[in-house]
Amino acid sequence: MNGFLRFGLLLAGLIVVLLLTLAAFQLPIVDSVKLIFDGAFSDKFAWSRSAVKMTPLLLTGLGMVIAWRAGVYNIGGEGQFVVGAIFGAAVGKGLIGANAAAIPGGSLLVLVVCAIGGALWAWIAGWLYVRRGVEVVISTILLNFIAIQLLGFAVSGPLQEQKRQVPQTDLLPESLMLARFDRQTDVHLGTVLALVMAVVLTIFLYRTVAGYRLRLVGDNPKVARVNYIDPGRVQLSAMALSGAMCGLAGGVEYLGLVGQLGTTFPQQWGFLGIPVALLGGLNPMLTAGAAFFFGALFAGTENLARFTPAGTTIVYVIQATAVLAYVGLNGLRKARPKPEEESASTPS
Amino acid sequence: MILQYATPVALAATGETIGQKSGVIYIGLEGSMLAGAFFAMLAAQSTGSPWIGLVAGITAGMLLALLFGWFTIRRGIDQVVVGTAINLLALGVTGTIYRTQFGNSGTLLSVAKLPPVFGKIDAVEILLLLSAIGLTWVLQKSSLGLALRATGEYPKAAEAAGFSVARLRFIGVACSGIFAGLAGAYLSLGISGSFAENMTAGRGFVAIAMVTFGRWKPMWVLAAALLIGFAESLQFTLQAAGVQAPYQLLIALPYLVALTVLVVVGRGTVAPAALAEPYVK
Repeated sequence: MNGFLRFGLLLAGLIVVLLLTLAAFQLPIVDSVKLIFDGAFSDKFAWSRSAVKMTPLLLTGLGMVIAWRAGVYNIGGEGQFVVGAIFGAAVGKGLIGANAAAIPGGSLLVLVVCAIGGALWAWIAGWLYVRRGVEVVISTILLNFIAIQLLGFAVSGPLQEQKRQVPQTDLLPESLMLARFDRQTDVHLGTVLALVMAVVLTIFLYRTVAGYRLRLVGDNPKVARVNYIDPGRVQLSAMALSGAMCGLAGGVEYLGLVGQLGTTFPQQWGFLGIPVALLGGLNPMLTAGAAFFFGALFAGTENLARFTPAGTTIVYVIQATAVLAYVGLNGLRKARPKPEEESASTPS
Repeated sequence: MILQYATPVALAATGETIGQKSGVIYIGLEGSMLAGAFFAMLAAQSTGSPWIGLVAGITAGMLLALLFGWFTIRRGIDQVVVGTAINLLALGVTGTIYRTQFGNSGTLLSVAKLPPVFGKIDAVEILLLLSAIGLTWVLQKSSLGLALRATGEYPKAAEAAGFSVARLRFIGVACSGIFAGLAGAYLSLGISGSFAENMTAGRGFVAIAMVTFGRWKPMWVLAAALLIGFAESLQFTLQAAGVQAPYQLLIALPYLVALTVLVVVGRGTVAPAALAEPYVK
């Protein structure tokens, strides 16, 4: 299929933007690229860092794909990520308290609850949109703030550690954490879970009736309505699923990497999932590709930061420029009359 | 104290009100604020004048908003997509220039702050109060205000009446950018006298939320922003007094109220009907 071609164009486009960005900030291009490449791929530690950064990006990115494909522009991924983790931490505290840490499936339970928490949070915004006509942009911005304050309240109140010194939860016991593949690196089962989710979502979107309906509602709600599909209901479910994915991302970050929640838990993964999904053309497998690219770039620029003053902030520039270039070119293509429509010569 | 906390948010929210009234929800507000804060500091540091810094901050905020306008108004690309990219762009560019110019060792920059005019009140705070009053008048009484509101409510009618929807929306989004740039400049020059990476820390989004909370009315938006400033300053007062209070819930209160209003009345008739919808002739 032309999936390979699109992936190649995406990758080439992103690399061009990377080189342009380095040039724009007057950084030595060859040395910088080498440092970034070393930081992302030089040994198993570098690969591990790339994979660990990719995981939340991919899960939140997939969350965005579901909602945006249904025509609901969810930008509340950050809040859903945080609320999911809070829900998970509440269960985690219960499991520690009940000394039930050894129960098999404990971590699975936490992850499921995280997904439910994220889904509920997104459902509020979905309900407001479908039943009250409130822009998702506005409601999700409000919900993001409430989520952040809720986290601050939870970790200094009901979910605070038993010593009650620092605003954070108790560290989860090793038995509840997601399994790691190697004692020396941080790659955990969550990375595999994220990749599995990309495949599951691909099958859902392109091989099931529900997925077809979801795409139809996003592409053309009028046609959907004519075919007895209620766009509102589909969009509400899409929002809940999207939130579930972001909540799961929060859970995976909690159980896979940090093991406890504090006020520094939100690392903007919910926001960064948006450019990842957009550059992946709202397609799950391409989103996985974009997530891997940016995960590696985050790991690579951390290495760059060790030797030069520039660092991870250039990733934001690259994401922004790439998104603007991508939508700008797609916009151009759409504005053109029919004949040009077929040619795939426009780089992404 | 309260006014100082509230001013950046109030300024940005005032500008955002104009933009939203014209039908453009400028998600890049946070980015314009951050760019304003950074370039104001940069200009003030190299020229030694906070006033030149203020102008530089306003210009930076406006240019970013015009870039947003080019994509969304001229090209009709979704406002949420472009706004998100604008925020990332500002975060990345200011962060990178800051690190390469001043190192990431955390050296504290300090520049001349804005001098006060009356007592403790400075020029920007006076400007804020004047602009909220002036804006209410412009939006409600002037013909430009009427055209701007028409563009946000029903662009086809505005176009039919001989107005250019694109031009009016550009005016709206430029105002959002100007005010956001000023808000950012005030943050770095008026309050801290310095710059830190991502120093706006979500205030642009707070401002967007306050536009909703103030029901798209400039004076109400100002009041909402003052309330946020009050809640934030109360947090420190309570902590200093040793009061054990869940102040996070206090801070969340305005957002909760705004959300509850939305749940009860929905978008209502106050929100511009064509908000966030691209206009194609």
